[in-house]
Amino acid sequence: MKVVIMGCGRVGSALAGRLSEEGHEVTVLDTRADAFRRLPVDFKGKKHIGNGIDQDVLARVGIGDADAFIAVTQGDNRNVFSTQVAKHIFGVPRTLCRIYDPIREKMYEEMGLETISPTIVGANLLHDLLIGKSEPGGGEA
Amino acid sequence: MYVIIIGGGKVGYYLAKELLGDPLHEVLIIEQDSAKCERIAEELGDIVLRGDGCEAATADLAGFGRADMVIAVTGDDEDNLVTCQLAKTKFNVPRTIARINNPKNQEIFKRLGIDTTISATVAILAQIEQELPTHQMIPLLALAGGLELVGVKIPPQARTVGKAIKDLLLPHESLVVLIISRDGVPRVPSSETVISAEDEILAVARRENEDTLRQVLTSA
Repeated sequence: MKVVIMGCGRVGSALAGRLSEEGHEVTVLDTRADAFRRLPVDFKGKKHIGNGIDQDVLARVGIGDADAFIAVTQGDNRNVFSTQVAKHIFGVPRTLCRIYDPIREKMYEEMGLETISPTIVGANLLHDLLIGKSEPGGGEA
Repeated sequence: MYVIIIGGGKVGYYLAKELLGDPLHEVLIIEQDSAKCERIAEELGDIVLRGDGCEAATADLAGFGRADMVIAVTGDDEDNLVTCQLAKTKFNVPRTIARINNPKNQEIFKRLGIDTTISATVAILAQIEQELPTHQMIPLLALAGGLELVGVKIPPQARTVGKAIKDLLLPHESLVVLIISRDGVPRVPSSETVISAEDEILAVARRENEDTLRQVLTSA
């Protein structure tokens, strides 16, 4: 699978390393060259410096024939913007978007984006570790 | 009219100031930076809310629900997009306007449902292109449904010179709406109107047909 990952922070670099190791064709995009130091030393994918909110940059890194696009920069809005460009302008078959703000995440999920809010996921995991699994808001005091 | 402006920089500030000149308008600026908020409050009065205009809670507090218009003029295209999408989808704001920096984002915003985009870059480009004979067609205004109002100057050697509008092979869904002749007189054309050299033509066309329209009207 050909995957473009925007944002080479902790999550982006770990994901890129793992997918690359599994044999996928990975391209990582970040605005800062020093972000790539987080990638594993044996990373076989491509690294590009550039801003993914510019559609010319996305085109240059080959988003046109990518099977998947994943936006994991620190900025919710940047992620939302480029995911919509990938999905609606370039027609990438699978797009995933990280949005920290749970309300914003819900809104874009309702608008048809495949989204994930690490805020909610993290809180739920910690909750389950502490209390045990239960439905959110299920009356467990 | 209740107008909410997101971004209290220079564009937002002067926009608010102009709008406040009309007593019919109620204006609110949303700005994150406290120093900017203070300056606006000092100079324009109590019309500023400190907060993030991309956040639903702020939008709720600001009264997006009763806003007639939301105008996003921060310096970041992606923030302006999110604010306008929030206004449209969550609060059903009738009209949203976004400032954009990258001209290519105009198309993206349109596809994502934002009514109007304003780009200083595009405006300046249009001014420059007006001076260049090679670019004979200038996009003037983006209209609804992927249509655009364009201006074309007919070069003297163009094949269209001397032809009636009905004899032109205009692309699908294109319309010549106004002709300004060399002497500066505007005319609403009929199908019999004949094109002259140096005519300024205002036409409405689908964006994807712009190149074809330009060729039909200007090629020698």
